[in-house]
Amino acid sequence: MEIIATRPQSLTSTPFTYCPGCLHGVAHRLIAESIDEFGLVNQMTGVAPVGCSVFAYKFFNFDMAQAAHGRAPAVATGIKRARPDMHVFTYQGDGDLAAIGTAEIVHAANRGERISVFFVNNAIYGMTGGQMAPTTLPDMKTTTSPYGRKVDDIGYPIRVSELLATLIAPYYIERVSLLSPADIIKAKKAVQKAIKYNKEGRGFTFVELISTCPTNWGIDPVKSREWAKENMLPFFKPGCFRDKGEGVE
Amino acid sequence: MAKVLMKGNEAVAEAAIRSGCRLYFAYPITPQSELIEYMAKMMPKVGGTFLQAESEVSAINMVYGAAGAGKRVMTSSSSPGISLKAEGISYIAGAELPAVIVNVQRGGPGLGDIQPAQGDYFQATKGGGHGDYRQIVLAPSSVQEFADMASEAFDLADKYRNPVMILADGMLGQMMEPVEFKEARSQAELDELGKQHNDWCICPNEDGDKKHHHEINSLEIDPAVLEAHVNALYKKYAVIEKDETRWEEFNISDDNEILCVAWGTASRIVKSAINEIKAEGKSIGMIRPITCWPFPYEAIAKAIGPKVKKVYVFELNTGQMLDDVKIAVNGKVPVDFWGKVGGIVFTPAEIQEKLEACF
Repeated sequence: MEIIATRPQSLTSTPFTYCPGCLHGVAHRLIAESIDEFGLVNQMTGVAPVGCSVFAYKFFNFDMAQAAHGRAPAVATGIKRARPDMHVFTYQGDGDLAAIGTAEIVHAANRGERISVFFVNNAIYGMTGGQMAPTTLPDMKTTTSPYGRKVDDIGYPIRVSELLATLIAPYYIERVSLLSPADIIKAKKAVQKAIKYNKEGRGFTFVELISTCPTNWGIDPVKSREWAKENMLPFFKPGCFRDKGEGVE
Repeated sequence: MAKVLMKGNEAVAEAAIRSGCRLYFAYPITPQSELIEYMAKMMPKVGGTFLQAESEVSAINMVYGAAGAGKRVMTSSSSPGISLKAEGISYIAGAELPAVIVNVQRGGPGLGDIQPAQGDYFQATKGGGHGDYRQIVLAPSSVQEFADMASEAFDLADKYRNPVMILADGMLGQMMEPVEFKEARSQAELDELGKQHNDWCICPNEDGDKKHHHEINSLEIDPAVLEAHVNALYKKYAVIEKDETRWEEFNISDDNEILCVAWGTASRIVKSAINEIKAEGKSIGMIRPITCWPFPYEAIAKAIGPKVKKVYVFELNTGQMLDDVKIAVNGKVPVDFWGKVGGIVFTPAEIQEKLEACF
């Protein structure tokens, strides 16, 4: 019998601890499959953030470091500088990367650090229970914006991919969505590209994955994807902002 | 090797490189600028990594990453920058990583000033970062000792997989003194040192086991598991207390009427004062803690001879090591304290005057 689908070698057998309908599992799988495809399972090291994916070090089947909140790009820098022969990625959410870790991501990108960053944006803090994120949409209600995000008080959501695309050094920056099977196929291509460039030592690669949080949004998983398509994608437009390998500057 | 005249900041950097440090991450701050500048100049020459981080927070997290990969790595800063590193030091202690941190202390609190001070004793020895942990604290009192402590710090960090802080100050950092360096570690030695961490570090060396899943982590969500982890740390700390407590005894004898306790720069000045008083035929000794953690409680208790009527503590702060000395003395004799703050350093004559008044 031919095996046509199996667990990627880059994932451990530890069951995911994510909520029903959460897309972290999909994101993990895309990354793991891509690492397998490029034969990097023994040359890869990942850095897990603080947030829902804090336990990512249990799920990826290679060496992993768990970083302090927001510091994953600095930790990844330390690992990569210590072992330039290894390949390193960070996996971070929007609270981790776009709030407390703003300095670390901007400067790792600006140095052209030879790491990949997978940035899962679901417009909310998940693990701590649904607080406002820097990516929370205008007027969106969260536990710390109970009357909706007031942009004249707290500002607008940060578009991280666009922000990083103002820098000269990054090699590859793309925003994709995980909201439909067709989108996931496109997302896989972006993740593959980041891993490929990482393997080739090209430079800083960044993939933003638009995701959902059914639990903290208070919307069921299927409707969450519809809500995100209608509300998140117009603000966080998918697209490639930089691809030096393909001449997109 | 012949002695060379060097600033403490440069000497400790040179000694770190000779000890096999090939990764250094830091952010500029006075009065440790010569250290970061020396590393910027020398690391590329030895095939090492120098990286000026965007903040002390990032620098210590780069250290966390590189230490997690089992490499000898160092950062340095001065007081306000060490506060920013406190988070990372806690993670390094929690994840049991070997790392060396140099603090060239300046006046505080807040932005303070850029003159020598010893105001970070509490921060260095009683925590600094959050949670139950200890870091080994080495306190030099000369440029030579500052340099010698680099290799000692790396060896201790490797041995115990623990952060080690060299707690100097702006005086030791800026002052030039003759210094003799040890032979640099050979590449073979460095390779061997690298291998000792293969059983736990991420990305072990080529000949290490690659089919593994190593985690660098301080998170244990199960309270029972965290309890066991913290208890294991404390067992390790008990071994460090037993085996690594260091101090200098200066003019200690049963005839001592006064016992001084001072560390770092302050201890040099106290020594000068003691030499003056000795010349007058009076008996006075000093204990200088070389490790501020673990603290030489027993050495101080033992040094209180039959004639000692007072223990006198001198620091460039408002009395921080004083607490540890009081624990050591345990009420046997009165403990007095005098200090200068604000980056002002006391003179031997001032100390002499304080001590003369005790006889």
